Amino acid sequence: MVFRRLSRRVIALSVALALALAGLTGCGSGEPAASSSGGGAKELTVFAAASLTGTFTELGKVFESAHPGTAVRFNFGSSATLAQQITQGAPADVFAAASPATMKPVTDASLAAAPATFVRNKLEIAVPKGNPAQVDELKDLADTRVKVALCAEQVPCGAAAVKALGAAGLKVTPVTLEQDVKATLTKVELGEVDAALVYRTDVIASGGKVRGIPFPEAGQAVNDYPIAALTGAPAAELARQFVELVLSPQGRDVLTKAGFEAP
Amino acid sequence: MSTPAQEQARPRRVVSGRLPWMLVVPALLGLVFLVLPLAGLLVRAPWSTLPRRLAEPHVLEALRLSLVTATIATAACLLLGVPLAWLLARVEFPGRRLVRALVTVPLVLPPVVGGVALLLVLGRRGLVGQWLEAGFGVTLPFTTAGVVIAEAFVAMPFLVISVEGALRGADQRFEEAAATLGASRWTVFRRVTLPMVLPGVVAGAVLCWARALGEFGATITFAGNFPGTTRTMPLAVYLALETEPEAAIVLSLVLLAVSVLILASLRDRWVSAS
Repeated sequence: MVFRRLSRRVIALSVALALALAGLTGCGSGEPAASSSGGGAKELTVFAAASLTGTFTELGKVFESAHPGTAVRFNFGSSATLAQQITQGAPADVFAAASPATMKPVTDASLAAAPATFVRNKLEIAVPKGNPAQVDELKDLADTRVKVALCAEQVPCGAAAVKALGAAGLKVTPVTLEQDVKATLTKVELGEVDAALVYRTDVIASGGKVRGIPFPEAGQAVNDYPIAALTGAPAAELARQFVELVLSPQGRDVLTKAGFEAP
Repeated sequence: MSTPAQEQARPRRVVSGRLPWMLVVPALLGLVFLVLPLAGLLVRAPWSTLPRRLAEPHVLEALRLSLVTATIATAACLLLGVPLAWLLARVEFPGRRLVRALVTVPLVLPPVVGGVALLLVLGRRGLVGQWLEAGFGVTLPFTTAGVVIAEAFVAMPFLVISVEGALRGADQRFEEAAATLGASRWTVFRRVTLPMVLPGVVAGAVLCWARALGEFGATITFAGNFPGTTRTMPLAVYLALETEPEAAIVLSLVLLAVSVLILASLRDRWVSAS
């Protein structure tokens, strides 16, 4: 009986401890094999801007087949958020940002040396199917009857939008300032707004759900995308090779097919 | 389910003797897990610049919008939620269990999903929304009304659950007595039922208000994010995090302070009502 009671206690305690441990470690988690260098499976962790989701996923597969036994994991999100996660100590190997401004905190913290510009992205006007507000050019967005969604100025697509509108000397009052380019595009896809300024690549990635209208002022608000292997990278060698792949003709091919421009 | 009087009359049972450590240890770990992140906010807060940051117009604007929308949303929830709770607690009808389950769905639904669902129904191209726009020229997304709707959608279950619990705990014999004396159902509800469950209604309303105040996902998805119109405090926090983490901490502190104040003042009522 004593034995049984004891074993029950032991079980209860180990369950409690296991839960506590899971709770304590679980948050930053999900990386069992990342730090185990040499031998067996290896992991490369890439933090990349949300607008690179499609192309980098494809490049990740290319990389995996060229490096058998290696798994590429991605963390896609708003560049500014990613930069912050990295400076707060997130275990990333590579960082690809949607603007030099969002790469800056990382280089300022000496976490990356000499980022390379690998692509550029231009804005386009995105309108829903049927173009209900009959938007043809940038100045149509200044019409108060046209509902416009823009990215918030704090994120790269928003900063580019401000620049483009400034270059055109237009004052546009959007109905919403979205937190990233995908959210902005979604509002167009659903037809909730009549127009939005998003990247050309996002228009292409939407697969015909929205129509893109190029405009000349976009040339004055080109976003450069920098990429860098991080100095504290757990998988430094793989990180270097991944950056090489992105900068290679093969990488460029994938990126330009998606609508990015070569730098 | 006990009335406040019973609660006070019953002697509190205190665990005496040796503490059962297999409960105490996980309990303390749980406490640390829940409280530590909040303490982190306090530790990292930029106290020296706090007053200046709080006085910034866009902070006040977001705070004002948050308070106003959460209050209107709570009023709307009271108007619709109390009758709904009454229906669930007092009226037998087929499918009641299913209805009760449906009512609580927004509690567990990821708020972003709630926002998408609202867009699909009330958006400009939505099932009801297109009709609203064509018929009345009303569009809800990107308006303050949209914020209120998003908040009410997410917060109403808190009210309904709280009030329904109070109704189930209340002694129905008083209602029956009033009815035998000739009072109409509406009079019974107004003069007997409602006063009896008032603590539960208040508790539910406060919880509902606090939840509405913290609403983020459904708001940003359905109502968008524009200063002065739809940018509530949680949205301001999220956006500030992109460029100015310190500002985000300050905004978070305000929300935290308001929530703690509300929940702390509520604690007694809440306990006695459920």
